[in-house]
Amino acid sequence: MTAPTPDEKVAAPKPPTPKFVMPVPVLNRSNGRLIEDRFSTWPQRIFDSKWSLPSYRFGAAMLVAIAAALYATGWLVGELSTRGEQAYSLIFHYGASYGLSPLSVGVIWIALKVIAVLLVILVNGLWSIWWERKISAHIQSRVGPTFAGSPKGRNFHGWAQTPIDGLKLLLKEDITPAAADRWVHALAPAIVIAPCIIAFAPVSFGSQLAAANLDIGTLYIFAFAGISVIGVVMAGWASGNKYSLLGGLRAAAQIVSYELPRGFSIVPVLMFAGSLNLSVIADAQTGFWWGVVPKWFVFYPVVGQIAFAIFLIASVAETNRTPFDIPEAESELVSGFHTEYSGMKWSIFFLTEYAYVLLGSFLLATFFLGGGGAPLPYAPFLLVPSWLWMLAKALLMMFVFLWIRWTLPRLRADQLMDFTWKFLLPWCFANIALAGLYLAFWLKP
Amino acid sequence: MSNQVTNAPSNSPVKTDQLFINLGPQHPSTHGVLRIGLTIEGEIIIKAVPDVGYLHRGTEKLAEVRGYHHCVVLSDRWDYVSAMPNNLVFCLAAEKLLGVKPPPRADALRVVMCETNRIASHLLFLGTYGIDLGAFTPFLYAFREREMILDLFEMLCGARLTYNYIRLGGVMVDVSPEWTARLKEFVEYFKPRLDEYDTLLTYNPIFMSRTKGVGLISAKEAVDWALSGPNLRGSGVNYDVRKHEPYCGYEQYDFDVPLGETGSCWDRYFCRAQEMRQSLRIIEQALAKLPEGPFMATGVAKIPKPAAGEAYAHVEASRGDLGIYLASDGGISPFRMHVRAPSFANLAILQEKLTGMKISDVIALLGSTDIVLGEVDR
Repeated sequence: MTAPTPDEKVAAPKPPTPKFVMPVPVLNRSNGRLIEDRFSTWPQRIFDSKWSLPSYRFGAAMLVAIAAALYATGWLVGELSTRGEQAYSLIFHYGASYGLSPLSVGVIWIALKVIAVLLVILVNGLWSIWWERKISAHIQSRVGPTFAGSPKGRNFHGWAQTPIDGLKLLLKEDITPAAADRWVHALAPAIVIAPCIIAFAPVSFGSQLAAANLDIGTLYIFAFAGISVIGVVMAGWASGNKYSLLGGLRAAAQIVSYELPRGFSIVPVLMFAGSLNLSVIADAQTGFWWGVVPKWFVFYPVVGQIAFAIFLIASVAETNRTPFDIPEAESELVSGFHTEYSGMKWSIFFLTEYAYVLLGSFLLATFFLGGGGAPLPYAPFLLVPSWLWMLAKALLMMFVFLWIRWTLPRLRADQLMDFTWKFLLPWCFANIALAGLYLAFWLKP
Repeated sequence: MSNQVTNAPSNSPVKTDQLFINLGPQHPSTHGVLRIGLTIEGEIIIKAVPDVGYLHRGTEKLAEVRGYHHCVVLSDRWDYVSAMPNNLVFCLAAEKLLGVKPPPRADALRVVMCETNRIASHLLFLGTYGIDLGAFTPFLYAFREREMILDLFEMLCGARLTYNYIRLGGVMVDVSPEWTARLKEFVEYFKPRLDEYDTLLTYNPIFMSRTKGVGLISAKEAVDWALSGPNLRGSGVNYDVRKHEPYCGYEQYDFDVPLGETGSCWDRYFCRAQEMRQSLRIIEQALAKLPEGPFMATGVAKIPKPAAGEAYAHVEASRGDLGIYLASDGGISPFRMHVRAPSFANLAILQEKLTGMKISDVIALLGSTDIVLGEVDR
C-alpha cells in the first residue's frame, strides 16, 4: 500500500463523534498547573449531552411512570364524591352500632372534611414550592434542586427539597425585632392564613366535591380572601422597619384595588351560569359545540377570553407575585412586609401565598375551564374522573402563574394603580355589557 | 395617582410625615456598599444624599510604596467587574513614563481582552438591571454567558476576576490556538443570545414602561456633570475615547459608537446592549488579523525606574473614561498616582436627579448608571 494522497485523506470517513466526551485537561501555560476543564460545562455542550446522563433518563422515565400511575389511580378510584358517600354511610352505620347520634356523626364528618381541606393546603405548600423551583430553574436555564432525597445517587428531581427546607424553617430561631410591636407582629401571620383556609370551604375539587356546598360560594371566597390584607398591613406596621411599613402600605393599596376587577371580571360567568354556587357554575359548562369544542366559558367568543385574562391578571396581583409583587419588591423594599420575619412565621406567609395561588388556580379552572369536565367526549378522556381533571387544570393554571412570574419584570406602584383603574376596570364593565348582549340575543335563558 | 408623581411633592394635596430611610450600605440593589440617605414623603424622594467610602482600600496611596509592576495588581481591584481596562490604563501611563512601546501583537491582544471583558461587564449590568426591575430570568441568562468569558480568562491567565494579565510592555502570556478557537466558538454562540435578551428584556413592554422616560439626563447635564461611557452616550453625546484618542491601534478596527436619544434609563441600557455587538465586531476583526511576533517588549526592567516626570493616559473602560495620572520622581514607585474613575464621576449626578422620583425609580436610575463600588471608592 502506498501512502494515501491528500485527496484520499479528505475522503476518508470520519469516526462517529461520541455523545459525551471526556474533557481534555487544560494546562495553564504560564505555570503548567492543571486547570479544571470548565468548557465541558458550556451551555451548548450540556444541552447536547443531557440525554446521555443516566440520571436524566431515569428522571424522565419516572415522570412518565408517575403520569401513568395517576391515570390508572384515577380510573380505579373513580369519582371521589361517590367514595365519600360510601365513607359517610360507613361511619353512619358503624357509629349507629356504637350508639352515636346522627348529630355527632355529622360533627365527625365535618371535622374530617376540614382536615381534608387543611391537608390540601399543606400538601400544596410542599408540592408547589418544589414545582416552582423546578419550573423557574428550567425557565432560567438551570436544573434546580437535584440531590435532596437521593439514595445512591438515583435522584429524582430533588423531590425531598421542600420537606427538608420545611424542617429547617421549623428549627430556625424565631426572631422578633426589638423595635417590633410584639403581639401584632406575632398575630399577623395568623390573620393572614386564617381567612385563606376559611376561603377554601366552598371550593369544588371535582363534581359534588366541596367541603361546603354554599349557594353564595363565589362571594364567600372573595369576601374572605380580602381579609388577608389586614394581616399584611399588620405585619408591615408591627415590624418596626421602614421598608416593611412601605411594603404594608403598598400591599393595602394594591390588594384592595385589584379586588374590584377580580370580582367584576367573573360577572359574565355568573350571568351565563345563573348562580354563585361553584358546582352549578362548573356544571353549566358541560356539553360540546359540534361535538369537539367544550362549552367552557373561556371558549365563549370575546367575552370569555377577556374575562379569563382579567381574572388571571387580578389573581396574580392578589397573590403579590411578579409582575405585581411591589409589596415585597426585593430590589426596592428588601422583602417588604415580611423582611423582619423568620422561621415558621415567615413560612406561614409563604404557605399563604401558595395557598392563594392554588385557590386562584382552582377558581380559574372552575369558572373558565369547565371544572371537572373532560376536554373531549372520547373514551380515554371520559375514563378520568372529575377530581383528576380538576387537579390537572388547576396545576396547568398554576404553571401559568409561575410562567408569568419568571418571565416579566415588575411594575411600578403608580403604573400598577393606573393599570387596574384605567384599563382593567373599564374593560370589565364593557365585558359585562357584551355578556348582556349575548344573553339577550344568543343564549336566551 | 399619576398627577402626584409628575407634580413637585410640595404641590401634592396629601401631606404626610417625612421619613428618612437608608438605602444601603446593605441593600440588594445598590450593587455593593453604596449608601443613599433618602428623605421620602410617601413614595416620593424629597432629598437624596449618596454616601461613598465603604469600600475604600487606599490603592492610590498604596501605589506610592509599590513598584510599577505591583501597581498593576492594585489596578485589578478598582473595577473588579472589568479588570482588563484597569490593567491597560496603568500600563499605558507607565509605558509613557518609561518610554516603552509594546509590540503589535501585544496591542492586538490587549484590544481582544478589553473588548471581551467589556462584554462580560455589560452582561453583568444587563442581568443585574433586570433583577433591579424585578425580572429574575435575564440575570441567569446573562451570567450563563458571562461564565463562559470568565472560563476563557481562567484558561488564559488562571484568574477569573483579577487578571493582572496586561503587563508593562505587553501581556503576561501569548494566547494559544486552542484559546482563540474557544473564543471564536463563544462569539458564534453569543451572537444569537443578544437577540434573545432583546425579546426577553429590551423590548418587554413592562421593562420599557419602567425605564423609558425615567431618569432623563439631557446632553448638557451629562457633559456638565462629567458623565462618560454609556451614560454619556445614552444622552446622545458622541464621545468615545476609542474613536477620539485611539490607543492600542483601535483606529484599525471598524466599529460604531451606539448613541441614545433622550438620555433615559432605557437609552443607557440600550447603548450597553448595542456596545456588546460592537465589541463582538472588534473581537472578530482583531482575531482575524492577529499579528505574529513577540507579545512582550524588550527592555522593561524588573524594577523600572522611570525618569522624573508625569504622564496621563486614559482609555474607554466598560463604565466610561478611565484615566490615570502618574507622577514619577525617578524612584522605584510612583510619586503620586491619581485615578479618574468613571463610576465615581457618574455617581455624582444622582443627588440632583433622584429628587422628586419614586422609590422604584431610584433603583431604575441607580441601576442604569452601572456603578461598581470598588471603582468609586478605590
